[in-house]
Amino acid sequence: MTDDGYKAGSNLEKVLAAGKFAVTGECGPPKSADGSVIEKKAQMLKGYVDAVNITDNQTAVVRVSSMASGVQVQQNGVEAIMQMTCRDRNRLAMQADILGASVLGIKNVLCLTGDHMSFGNHPEAKGVHDLDAINLIKMYKDMRDEKKFQCGEEMPVAPALYIGCAENPFADPFEFRALRLQKKIAAGADFMQTQCIFNVPKFKEWMKEVRALGLHQEIKILAGITPLKGVGAAKYMKNFVPGIDVPQEIVDRMASVEKGPPAQAEGKKLAVEMIKELAEVEGVAGVHIMAVEWEEAVPEIVETAGLLPRPAVA
Amino acid sequence: MITAERKPFDEILELVDGHNKILVAGCDTCVAICLTGGEKEAEILASELRMKAQADGREVEVEHTAAIRQCEWEYLDMIAAKVDEADVVLSMACGIGIQSMAEKFAPKLVVPAVNTNMLGMPQEHAVWLERCGACGECVIGETAGICPVVRCSKSLMNGPCGGSHDGKCEVTTPEKEDIDCAWHLIWERLKAQGREELMHKIRPPKDWSKSSSGGPRKMVKEEAKPV
Repeated sequence: MTDDGYKAGSNLEKVLAAGKFAVTGECGPPKSADGSVIEKKAQMLKGYVDAVNITDNQTAVVRVSSMASGVQVQQNGVEAIMQMTCRDRNRLAMQADILGASVLGIKNVLCLTGDHMSFGNHPEAKGVHDLDAINLIKMYKDMRDEKKFQCGEEMPVAPALYIGCAENPFADPFEFRALRLQKKIAAGADFMQTQCIFNVPKFKEWMKEVRALGLHQEIKILAGITPLKGVGAAKYMKNFVPGIDVPQEIVDRMASVEKGPPAQAEGKKLAVEMIKELAEVEGVAGVHIMAVEWEEAVPEIVETAGLLPRPAVA
Repeated sequence: MITAERKPFDEILELVDGHNKILVAGCDTCVAICLTGGEKEAEILASELRMKAQADGREVEVEHTAAIRQCEWEYLDMIAAKVDEADVVLSMACGIGIQSMAEKFAPKLVVPAVNTNMLGMPQEHAVWLERCGACGECVIGETAGICPVVRCSKSLMNGPCGGSHDGKCEVTTPEKEDIDCAWHLIWERLKAQGREELMHKIRPPKDWSKSSSGGPRKMVKEEAKPV
């Protein structure tokens, strides 16, 4: 706990604690030692998001580490949400890395299981999975609140962390999904970002279950949005990305416009409409915009959705 | 062979807590040979459970039986009538046998009375040593018949680490006994075979997707399938 009563005192935590509608973005680090990529992405998003997720070898493809890229975005004036997966590290490494990240000024962490190695570019790798995401959340919470390592040993200075988790309202078994979120809250999660939402009615149904359990009062829920660049992206997500539910009418809508700039404009328009609709859902505290390799679309979407200027909470 | 050890009695009691008709089901294959879960051990556990119930003043029926192999469904038909009568089946088979029972008789409650621990070799009477990790990509043709995946504490592929001393690993068993350094053994045996040049070879990273890291595995022998 910080002196002013925050868990970590990150910008994201302050915005959410003040009851403001939060906006987070996402940056994928590059597949090389090119330091300019993340710098450019950070500059693009500066002022348009409250914090930005830095993915951790997403889809099990090797990239610049989320810690290094997280430090880089913060050097460029955007707060980082460092993603941490259980796939590549055991409990020693996950604790060492969060201490390191904390020392370097990172305050937000998103705890994930991680996509399986078979999806990525090193399918022969041994999966670590020493802990699962729920155990990871608990481990970080105990480090922060109890000043204890997972083994029970104490540390003199705890890392100040705002702990996040992810949830996919569209995965099965559907009736377990809200309960899984409840487990993550019990483990210690402070905020949650959802998988990208295209099926809004199903998301609303899930939120009903979340509210019935009172979970929206215990965790800050950020609804996931992915702007579609074209019908190809919509079809790809519908058919090839596990856990994403793209209704046919969205594919049809994207197919009804010409490829290129008209499709991109339609994709941004759709994203704005969805943000506005999701913002009205009781219990939604913000949006998480995952513009995969299309970060330049984010400023326009945020502006058109009426979410500017981003709040400055002292 | 697959080896297993009986769970602590208190843990077994917790697993069957609240049930009044218990069937202890042994398996007469691997777990019988490692003296953990054959018919004799099933009978002993059943007696222990009855004595405990009596001491606690509870009325609990405990039966015992054993299948020739719990991992094969055709052998389970022979014990189906006894399973039917029980509230809970306490299986003493390895993890494969327990799951086979649980699937065959679903949704019957089937719980484990043992911890399955390894693919081991009997070294002497009542002593077993781990010999195989079922990694799906056997390398012992180049390592003198000694598995570095499970016999080296770090699963190294290119010779011993810096912790090898006097032929012993830097790690000790949970009972604090010395463990042989697998790579020391490999070196000595390769020398005896006149094949120590194999130790010069840099072996590339292993393909762990063939192990459990790749997800649950399935083996199909097309040529052996019934036509």
